[in-house]
Amino acid sequence: MSDVSFVRTEMLPEQAPPASEVGLIGWVRHNLFSGWFNSILTVISLYAVYYVLSGVLPWTFQSVWNANSLTECREIMMATWGSTHGHACWAVINDRWLQLLFGFYPSHLYWRPILSLVLLLVALAPVLYSDRVPTKMLIITGIYPFLMPFLMWGGTIWGPMSAAIGFVLGWFVYNLLNKQLSELIGMIGAAVAAVIWWLILSSYFVGVMDSILPIGIEAVQSRQFGGFMLAILLGVVAIGVSLPIGIVLALGRQSDLLIVKYMCVGFIEFIRGVPLITLLFVASLLLNLFLPPGTNFDIILRVMIMMTLFSAAYMAEVIRGGLAALPRGQYEGADSLGLNYWQAQRLIIMPQALKISIPGIVSTFIGIFKDTVLVSIIGLFDVLGLANAIRADTAWNGIYWELFAFIGALFFVVCFSMSRYSMYLERKLQTGHH
Amino acid sequence: MSELAIEREIDRSKMQVSDEVAIEINGMNKWYGAFHVLRDINLTVNQGERIVIAGPSGSGKSTLIRCLNALEEHQQGTIMVDGTELSNDLKNIDKIRSEVGMVFQHFNLFPHLTILENCTLAPIWVRKTPRKEAEETAMHFLEKVKIPEQALKYPGQLSGGQQQRVAIARSLCMRPRIMLFDEPTSALDPEMIKEVLDTMIELAEEGMTMLCVTHEMGFARQVANRVIFMDAGQIVEQNEPEEFFNNPQSERTKLFLSQILGH
Repeated sequence: MSDVSFVRTEMLPEQAPPASEVGLIGWVRHNLFSGWFNSILTVISLYAVYYVLSGVLPWTFQSVWNANSLTECREIMMATWGSTHGHACWAVINDRWLQLLFGFYPSHLYWRPILSLVLLLVALAPVLYSDRVPTKMLIITGIYPFLMPFLMWGGTIWGPMSAAIGFVLGWFVYNLLNKQLSELIGMIGAAVAAVIWWLILSSYFVGVMDSILPIGIEAVQSRQFGGFMLAILLGVVAIGVSLPIGIVLALGRQSDLLIVKYMCVGFIEFIRGVPLITLLFVASLLLNLFLPPGTNFDIILRVMIMMTLFSAAYMAEVIRGGLAALPRGQYEGADSLGLNYWQAQRLIIMPQALKISIPGIVSTFIGIFKDTVLVSIIGLFDVLGLANAIRADTAWNGIYWELFAFIGALFFVVCFSMSRYSMYLERKLQTGHH
Repeated sequence: MSELAIEREIDRSKMQVSDEVAIEINGMNKWYGAFHVLRDINLTVNQGERIVIAGPSGSGKSTLIRCLNALEEHQQGTIMVDGTELSNDLKNIDKIRSEVGMVFQHFNLFPHLTILENCTLAPIWVRKTPRKEAEETAMHFLEKVKIPEQALKYPGQLSGGQQQRVAIARSLCMRPRIMLFDEPTSALDPEMIKEVLDTMIELAEEGMTMLCVTHEMGFARQVANRVIFMDAGQIVEQNEPEEFFNNPQSERTKLFLSQILGH
């Protein structure tokens, strides 16, 4: 009979791991050659990577950068490598990159979209990196939505001013009604006041102010907009505006007020049930039929509204997922401390729900940004529409790989940055453990 | 299990019940759908009372104290808290909630905020206290629950017992006149139950009005001035702890006590 009693008298010290577990050899053994099957897979994969790169790299780097047409390109290729196959003709990009980026925007005004882009990055900095950038820079973020249209479209400064005044007016009405009556009435009143200002009073105000004090810069028509600039313009507006609308819709969908709830549900389900192309056709063709004759409702603005609504409906569902993932205790914790509904939402619920939803939100952002190329179908010259136009040119007839590779690279840079940022943000907001 | 011994001597000098009424419940009824969960509750709590509510699970004890700060809505009868009636008026509800502290079984700390921010949030936003003052108050109460050194950590980095003590400090930062405890130790390991109970005892020693739903009968025996036994949504028996434990009147209470205290 064995003795089961055992008492450890001495604790074992920690020992260094064997050489096969650490260092380069350990890594290779663990990750690439951990068994005969995995070793075979590793070899096959390495061959596949080699096969692809051996085609792509020479094509990319043994290429022609200076030529005026595809024919000239091919002549240079024949002269240099003795073959037109396997070599890229980047000359088309070299020749037309400004057009691909800016469309038909007047070339002496290129500084305006460029300045807009730089200011966009400045305006985003305090939002994206709130812990590293001084909070005061949020002032720029607040001004940017009014400054950007002024820079892009030009014209009188009183247009953007008037738009801003609408917000200020709404804010005053809200404060007044909130103190006198209630928060909800304040919000409704503010919305009504702002809409009245924008739709009715604004045009008189702009007319009068422009005749008194005509300040402005050269105007650019919407049909001159195009290229990758248009994708960024539409993408930034759709992304920036759809997030707050999506939050409101998600909250509305959870509301106890039945009318609010069903309006939100109806909106979300309708928009999600319709392809974006359909909405864009509505924006470009049908909307004018419903508006009073003579109203000039800008095509880019119409497309922006449709893309924003489309994105907002998806956003609302993503955020609803985040809200559903929060334990009920968080609501109760907030309630028990006496926070009111909006305080609880803003301080407790939304920061957590949005954090949970970050991957979904960024996916929606990336999706809507890429969907901006669909506007080429309704006749706007976005970067894809321009690529088709360039290919229709006799000089570049027959070229396509190089154009689409360039466009793909442009989109990839932006989408990949968004994706990386979202991963950075998730890590930063991780508070569970060290 | 439930009879955790309380070793230290309790200072009863400030544990005085005043004549001032803190909570008055009259003929209160509540239904969940068709289910009659609270039946004809009548209860008056004076300022400075320490009441333990006991009873089997599903007896409505949590629901009762959750009604006191309108986390649950009652359908009949009146509840007066500190002279304000709990009705559908949101202003009244927010006023009562800011004066009644609540501690939950699962702590319900806000995981995206630091311990200090958890404690200063409500004072800053509800009471409009300046941030600096709110932080000083928060540190004062964090010292009281003996975890000031954790102030800049996040709730996820603390143990259960520490989290519950933070939750108590968070409530205290609002300077409540009444504290509600909804099974504050039920989700904790035995080692941690003691540290939370110690904090609650200290609170009682300072004369705080407390209503505790708990299975800690040691706490009830030594700290409470009244024990309420509930079953099937009704108050079955209430008495001073000595009498309640040694001389229960109703059969239901006797059965409950024999099960929970054992052998």
